[in-house]
Amino acid sequence: MEIVVSLAIGVLTGSGVWLLLRPRTFQVIVGLALLSYAVNLFIFSTGGLRSGAAAVLSPGEAGTLGLYVDPLPQALVLTAIVIGFATTALLLVVLLAARGLTGTDHVDGRERER
Amino acid sequence: MPDSLLLLALVCLPFLGALAAGLLPTRARDAASGIAGTVALACLGLVWAAYPTVSSGGVLRAEFAWMPTLGLNLTLRLDGFAWLFAGLISGIGALVVLYARYYMSSDDPVPRFFAFLLAFMGAMTGVVVSGNLVQLVFFWELTSLFSFLLIGYWHHTAAARDGARMALTVTGAGGLALFGGVLLIGHIVGSYDLDAVLSAGDRIREHPLYLPALILIVLGALTKSAQFPFHFWLPHAMAAPTPVSAYLHSATLVKAGVFLLARLWPVMAGTDAWAWTVGLAGLTTLLLGAYIAIFQNDLKGLLAYSTISHLGLITLLLGLKSELALVAAIFHIINHAAFKCSLFMAAGIIDHETGTRDIRRLSGLNQSMPFTARLAMVAAAAMAGVPLLNGFLSKEMFFAEALTAEAPLSPLLNILPLAAMLASAFSVAYSLRFIHGAFFGPVATDLPRTPHEPASWMRLPVEILVLTCIVVGLLPAATVGPYLAIAVHGVLGDDVPYYSLAVWHGFNLPLVMSLIALAGGVMLYALLQQRLRGDVEGPPLIRRLDAQRIFEQVMVFLSWRLARRLETLLGTRRLQPQLRLIVGIGLLAGAGAVWLRGFGPGNLPSTPVDPVLALVWMVGAAFALGTAWQAKFHRLAAVMLLGGVGLVVCITFVWFSAPDLALTQLTVEVVTTVLLVLGLRWLPKRFQVAGDRGPEVLTRTRRARDLAIAVGAGCGLAALSYAVMTRVPPELLASHFLERAYTEGGGTNVVNVILVDFRGFDTLGEIFVVAAVALTTYALLRRFRPAADSVEIPEQQRDQDGATQHDDAVRPTADWLLVPFTLTRLLFPVMLVVAVFLMLRGHDLPGGGFSAGMVVAIAILLQYIIGGAAWTEAHLRLRPQIWLGAGLLIASGTGIVAWFFGRPFLTTYFAYAELPLIGKVPTASALIFDIGVFALVVGATLLMLVALAHQSVRGHRAAPRRVGSRAGEA
Repeated sequence: MEIVVSLAIGVLTGSGVWLLLRPRTFQVIVGLALLSYAVNLFIFSTGGLRSGAAAVLSPGEAGTLGLYVDPLPQALVLTAIVIGFATTALLLVVLLAARGLTGTDHVDGRERER
Repeated sequence: MPDSLLLLALVCLPFLGALAAGLLPTRARDAASGIAGTVALACLGLVWAAYPTVSSGGVLRAEFAWMPTLGLNLTLRLDGFAWLFAGLISGIGALVVLYARYYMSSDDPVPRFFAFLLAFMGAMTGVVVSGNLVQLVFFWELTSLFSFLLIGYWHHTAAARDGARMALTVTGAGGLALFGGVLLIGHIVGSYDLDAVLSAGDRIREHPLYLPALILIVLGALTKSAQFPFHFWLPHAMAAPTPVSAYLHSATLVKAGVFLLARLWPVMAGTDAWAWTVGLAGLTTLLLGAYIAIFQNDLKGLLAYSTISHLGLITLLLGLKSELALVAAIFHIINHAAFKCSLFMAAGIIDHETGTRDIRRLSGLNQSMPFTARLAMVAAAAMAGVPLLNGFLSKEMFFAEALTAEAPLSPLLNILPLAAMLASAFSVAYSLRFIHGAFFGPVATDLPRTPHEPASWMRLPVEILVLTCIVVGLLPAATVGPYLAIAVHGVLGDDVPYYSLAVWHGFNLPLVMSLIALAGGVMLYALLQQRLRGDVEGPPLIRRLDAQRIFEQVMVFLSWRLARRLETLLGTRRLQPQLRLIVGIGLLAGAGAVWLRGFGPGNLPSTPVDPVLALVWMVGAAFALGTAWQAKFHRLAAVMLLGGVGLVVCITFVWFSAPDLALTQLTVEVVTTVLLVLGLRWLPKRFQVAGDRGPEVLTRTRRARDLAIAVGAGCGLAALSYAVMTRVPPELLASHFLERAYTEGGGTNVVNVILVDFRGFDTLGEIFVVAAVALTTYALLRRFRPAADSVEIPEQQRDQDGATQHDDAVRPTADWLLVPFTLTRLLFPVMLVVAVFLMLRGHDLPGGGFSAGMVVAIAILLQYIIGGAAWTEAHLRLRPQIWLGAGLLIASGTGIVAWFFGRPFLTTYFAYAELPLIGKVPTASALIFDIGVFALVVGATLLMLVALAHQSVRGHRAAPRRVGSRAGEA
């Protein structure tokens, strides 16, 4: 299973980095979104991949790692998802404002001279 | 009054006065000068109150603990030397305040002036009463800062701004050097306490770090005291109001440098290095300053260079290896303060009454202001060293020292008396020029104003100072004697050499030298008449050696050319190279780690591959690659594919037992997609032209390189995550959370308990970030206008907005998408119930504030999408800002409540409550916190999306015109 998820992370990272290096702002935003999926999956995977393990304690019980999944990476990723959403929104608005101001959607605010 | 209170009041009173004066209205000239005068007199009274202790050889000391472990305490220490300076600062300060009250125009913001002046006075007092070297440097830099503000007081003139900046650059840089030197001294001695340093003279002088420390400290002192080669800032500081010049350049700012040299004299002086650096700088400055002063056409410029020269004299005296020279230096500090301050004031009066300071234009003022003329004459005579005045006494002591002092090199010893006489003759010449040029000769007729005597209160400070010059000159031992003795004792302790303050020492060599200098000066002035009347500015021979020009060239080189060159060499404003660099460095760092530590298999066997998930991820990978492929020309497709990737990630979370993450990911995915689609309309069209010439070679190589970087990054992170996944560390933080989630946090959903309880502070920080982002997007969208729409508004939308003017075929009440519209309206309450459900069960089961908030936001979004902005806002009262604020308040409030129970911030309390119909509900205070998170997420998401949506509404209103023009083009 690990090989599948790590390959997935690799593909997401590769596509994200490729887009990150493109000259159009929209490409960069999408690239960052892909990259954040990759990073979220990576952080999530540091807790180990366990399918079918319980995620919720039964009342009154002190859980152990043998029976339950590692909740800490999950909590971190949950935070990261929300922050990722916020930064995407901010970047999008900055993109739109820059496009309105400069008249181009190039990341540098002007087309590359040749 | 206890010592500690006295010292504290001495330092704090000026600052408090500055604050009070600064708060006065702009025109409150009398109130501000009243405050300033009262504070200065009060400080003088405090200094006087310390006299009994100090005169008996005692030292006032007060220590206030600040950082005792680092040896940094607020230490105030007033010995005889500091006492003398404190007296000069407050006494001359009081006179300057009185003078400034009449000098400053009522059009100027005078309270600001007095506020700066008082703050400067406080900083200066702080320098002299500091008992700790680091503290001394702190106040030292404060004096630089406040002198900057004072010099730049008339900041509407370029000269004031430039002069202030130059003064700050030079003295601030010197202060930095001084700080370095002080740190070295602290390292050598092991303490920054002044008493400890003063008793460690031998240790300092024998230490290998003595020379660097000496150079750094001397740099600080020389820059502050405007010594060659750092003298050039002082003449430019003359752009300040004259009271400032009178205060800063007679008794305070520039004296700080010589104060420091004298303060550290017992521990640093006595070596050849000291004599060379300090003595040589002093000698050069003495001669150079006096020489340049003769050729100044501006009264204040003349005084400025003469100040430089006199400071050079003091520095030279401090550089000689003789205790008597130190006595002479301290004596000259007092005398110079008295005559230079009165001369500056006199120059200010002339400027004030005639409107010019140009010596060539001024003439014959003796007729119109005879009394001021007499005062200025006496003060100038004191400056020239005419017998029976105070300047004569210290100058004679200097001559005596020049004749006898032990110098590091014998040739220097021989030229010292000659140099002293020469400088003295120069000073006679420029003093004569000041007096003769301004007050004698024919009465000038073309002056900007008709001169007359100033207000008598304005003259009073000058009168007091000139009287001091005369009295000290006539009866030195009876007047200044005791104070000088106290000050010398403060520096030298009990090893005070014998000195005599008599006016008449018999017909000896120094007297002969004085007479020669006087005669020489008069002759020099007579010989130079022709040249001085000419239009040539600046001194002959060294006109081209303009230190200011060199300074400016250095500044331009440092702050402009060098910076530019480095920027073009190392920097780029383009984003792509920067990102390439960041990713590249990340790759290299990872590769380097593998290179150094190896890449071995982990300690866990890998689990078998499940074909279903593998299949799902084949789709996911295709989506991701498709996104990368399509993001340039087919943005909508890219957004859809991106959503697909998000869903696959979501499935992965479900697969690996993370229901909370899946829920959040799903809702966030929806909102992100809507957001991106909303933004699409303002992006420029980009078509892939079939049969177009392929990309150029340059572009193709760039793409190949980027592809290589991307593939490298992908492979690297894949390998890294594989390595991480197949390892498990022996001890995980998670077991601690799992054990305590229910027993101490009261919830069975451990992820949620971590978020709202264990790591609640992180979550609080996070929601503040989200709130800040939402407000920023809102503000940005209010301020900026997006570009013109790239596509025309579809028919449906035009109908909904009722924009009917340009289309004949529309029905005014169109019912587009009627079925989905009805369905969404029906769904709305259901979604809200789902949100509340997710919210309440969050502590125990998957759910929680984040996902609940997102669900509410999606519910409202749906109404917007189907019903349109106008309809939705007519039916729903949305107040995103209130949601946002309430969320932050509730979340922080929950944290603060814990304080009232004596617990740390964000401590939670929990119990289970039985609600009818719903059953057992956890009522931990964490739930209230989660409600705060919920409200914030709703508010922030709505704020962003609604702001964006409103941009499109705004676009529609402007649309008809554009559509019309487009039709015209077609």
